Amino acid sequence: MIPACPLVSLPRGEALRLDVDPPIAVFHTDDGEIYAIDDTCTHQDASLADGWLEGCEIECPLHASRFDLRTGEVDAPPAKRPVRTHRVVVEDDVVYVVPSDAPPNLPPGLTLKGRP
Amino acid sequence: MNTVCVVGASLAGLLTARALRGQGHEGRIVVVGEEPHRPYDRPPLSKDFLKGAIGEADLALEGEGGEPGIEWRLGVAATGLDAPARRITLSDGGTLTADGIVIATGAAARRLPGTGGLAGVHSLRTLDDARALRADLRAARRVVVIGGGFIGAEVAATARELGLDVTLVESGPAPLAGVIGPAMAGVLAGLHERRGVRLITGAYVTEVTGTGRADGVRLADGTHLPADVVVAGIGATPCTGWLAGSGVELGRDVGGGVLCDEGGGTGVPGIVAVGDCAAWYDPALGRHHRIEHWTGARQRATVAAATLLSGGTARPEPARPPYFWSDQYDVKIQFIGHPGEADTVTVEEGDPATHSFLAVFRQGERPVAVLGVNQVRLFTRWRRHMETAPVHTG
Ligand SMILES: Cc1cc2nc3c(=O)[nH]c(=O)nc-3n(C[C@H](O)[C@H](O)[C@H](O)COP(=O)(O)OP(=O)(O)OC[C@H]3O[C@@H](n4cnc5c(N)ncnc54)[C@H](O)[C@@H]3O)c2cc1C
Ligand code: FES
Repeated sequence: MIPACPLVSLPRGEALRLDVDPPIAVFHTDDGEIYAIDDTCTHQDASLADGWLEGCEIECPLHASRFDLRTGEVDAPPAKRPVRTHRVVVEDDVVYVVPSDAPPNLPPGLTLKGRP
Repeated sequence: MNTVCVVGASLAGLLTARALRGQGHEGRIVVVGEEPHRPYDRPPLSKDFLKGAIGEADLALEGEGGEPGIEWRLGVAATGLDAPARRITLSDGGTLTADGIVIATGAAARRLPGTGGLAGVHSLRTLDDARALRADLRAARRVVVIGGGFIGAEVAATARELGLDVTLVESGPAPLAGVIGPAMAGVLAGLHERRGVRLITGAYVTEVTGTGRADGVRLADGTHLPADVVVAGIGATPCTGWLAGSGVELGRDVGGGVLCDEGGGTGVPGIVAVGDCAAWYDPALGRHHRIEHWTGARQRATVAAATLLSGGTARPEPARPPYFWSDQYDVKIQFIGHPGEADTVTVEEGDPATHSFLAVFRQGERPVAVLGVNQVRLFTRWRRHMETAPVHTG
């Protein structure tokens, strides 16, 4: 479990980027839900935490593919592959992320740090 | 509606076909495409693909498993249309008759006149163009790019990143001046010069020199620029020649684009047009307007499908201002709106000298366009604001 932030520092409608490898984005929706997904768009190297949050969907800030925060699924090109989702736990008013074991869907040309 | 024929198997065609299914069309969908390739994405052709950072498989627009229920006729061009009969003639001699037709034939790169027989002269629109240019750049040392629109500027940046000696020749005051206005274009010109591109502005090319293979470019003032590869980024013309005499109306003021109402409907019932070939009526501007950007095709595919399926009775949402992006070096450029309407431009965040800033174009108090340079998060907020602001008419 990675501690992300105190709950109060992530107001509704806001996003936070965790500098792990690969980075994770944590979103607090307007409805009060908290979700975590890989921060990097599967199309190109864009940070989804910079995108536009609407309901349970985040729109990529570059080319506007939308990812469902609950499932990671993408709606339309240019992105074609889903992002990985992570479990979120809130305990004692602190947000924690449980990183997924699944391999990440990084965009073409991008690899994990420290790997070829 | 039984059979819909989509002419043009690229971004606009694919997305309209998909939207037709999504909106409940259960009949046949036939997509006719002149290129032999499945739908692929063009923006990387001047960027990561040209650089060699991504491969051909990465360009595919379809998801895994392709599009269910679409019949593809690839490697076949539409050569004519009888609009009242909704009958399309094809380059393989066949014909197709449909209840609904989507015109999505895009645009073709303008070529430099008189260079047909010369090797080493390129334009860039298709995957085949990009393959050829990529191969030629590998063996080149000196490149001259003619035209500083966004394809020219991107090719210059990519060629520079590949370590080549690059000269960019532009007839206006700065690359992209026509798209984002001279002031901000001047700022971005500095980026190219800092990265080592030789910029020649206010210059006209009169000739590409060489026999058999290009060896340089001659300018109107007599200057000769030696080159192993010459790339022309001098704009694109809508692929609407096949519609001549069909009954579908083309607009002279919009470069021969298909004239459409604000929902993509042409003057002929059952025929819509979308993407780079189409000039939709824009009520905010009070005229027809052709948008040659990726996002325009994406957003309007849904609207065009609704127009076709409703027989023209669907009321489209007000058009969003045009948005485009461009990647040059490690700089992400994003732009939304109509800069031609602005009387002031102010930098609201960051510093142009560091190539991270956001500028707002205003007419009086009203923002009419926004430029973001490496300001992705802030630009997204502005973009939303621009897209949801009440449409200005008159
Ligand atoms: C190199 C390059 C880089 C770009 N970069 C950006 C960018 O960074 N940002 C941005 O916003 N936009 C960019 N664009 C623009 C964007 O790619 C276009 O706006 C988009 O491709 C338009 O899609 P379309 O389907 O309307 O047309 P096209 O993509 O041109 O597709 C039309 C298709 O129709 C086919 N066709 C033509 N005539 C016929 C016929 N008679 N019969 C059958 N088929 C026919 C063509 O072969 C083609 O495959 C770029 C374009 C290029 C070329
Ligand atoms: S980088 Fe996200 S859609 Fe292109």
